[in-house]
Amino acid sequence: MRTGTERWTVEVDEAILGRNAQFAATNRERFGTLGLRVINIASSPGSGKTALLERTLNELAGELRIGVIVGDLQTDNDARRLGDKGAPVVQVTTNGYCHLEASMIAQAMAELDVEKLDLLIIENVGNLVCPASFDLGEAERVVLISVTEGEDKPLKYPVIFEKADAVVITKIDMTEAAGIDIDVLRDNVRRTAPRARLLELSSRSGEGFGGWLSFLGRSASAT
Amino acid sequence: MHEGSIVESALEIVFRHMEAESAERVSAIGLRVGALAGVVPEALRFAFAALTPGTPAEGATLTIEFLPTRILCAKCGHEGERADFQYECEACGSLETEVRQGRELDVMCIDLCREGEREDANWN
Repeated sequence: MRTGTERWTVEVDEAILGRNAQFAATNRERFGTLGLRVINIASSPGSGKTALLERTLNELAGELRIGVIVGDLQTDNDARRLGDKGAPVVQVTTNGYCHLEASMIAQAMAELDVEKLDLLIIENVGNLVCPASFDLGEAERVVLISVTEGEDKPLKYPVIFEKADAVVITKIDMTEAAGIDIDVLRDNVRRTAPRARLLELSSRSGEGFGGWLSFLGRSASAT
Repeated sequence: MHEGSIVESALEIVFRHMEAESAERVSAIGLRVGALAGVVPEALRFAFAALTPGTPAEGATLTIEFLPTRILCAKCGHEGERADFQYECEACGSLETEVRQGRELDVMCIDLCREGEREDANWN
């Protein structure tokens, strides 16, 4: 008999985000059972996520029953901005977390009357990096990029663009003032997000907004 | 900077296996990180160094296997690596390509250890 250190290796082969993936799968199953379409919107801070939602809720009031979950590091300013549109809004304050996780969505859903909704829009924390790694159980991911951010934003933050089902170029009323070559931006989106649908709009002027509303399910006859 | 929560999740997995194996310490951890996982290996190392002191993984070696993105062209069948996060087929220019590798983010293997008294070939 002697004293010693026993050493051995264990093959683990487990997904690090497996727990988040489990929560996301549970959310997805629940959304499926409810027949609820869920869209996860990500962008840099200031690309116009909340402005897009403000106009969307106004335009689709009485037509689609929309619920909103909005994530921010601090404050409930966004929920207050969106709160008077007649749609239920739940603010998730992440207290420093740079992204939403699937478990936070499961919790926030308890505050929504999900059976009564046609569409749930999740406004992720303003960040083009971290939200890319966390599946929330959504049906579609939408990435916003404003013309003021420059043509090469998709090339700088490619991971989130690769996962996008739709990319929305926002603030197109400012294209000239921003001095941006929008064709270069379009081409960069196409290269980094080849499968994504490309939409262009201004939430302020309303230009191009019809395309977004039909993406969300407004029938052609309503536009 | 979500590497902190990634390392926390990885350590949860590691310690679960450590307990299941009745081990006392973890001496090495091997991770697999794809180029599209959205995780920076250096930030993982930083978070690992910050989060492990005082845990059974203190001082453990962290090995990160980095996997480049590989795409397969649906049009011409060419498969190749892309380092630039663009998805055009290098052979034919088509954008109808599929990511075959690069999304991985896994705990691959861990080395465990335990002190004790026994005659055994594995002991030293």
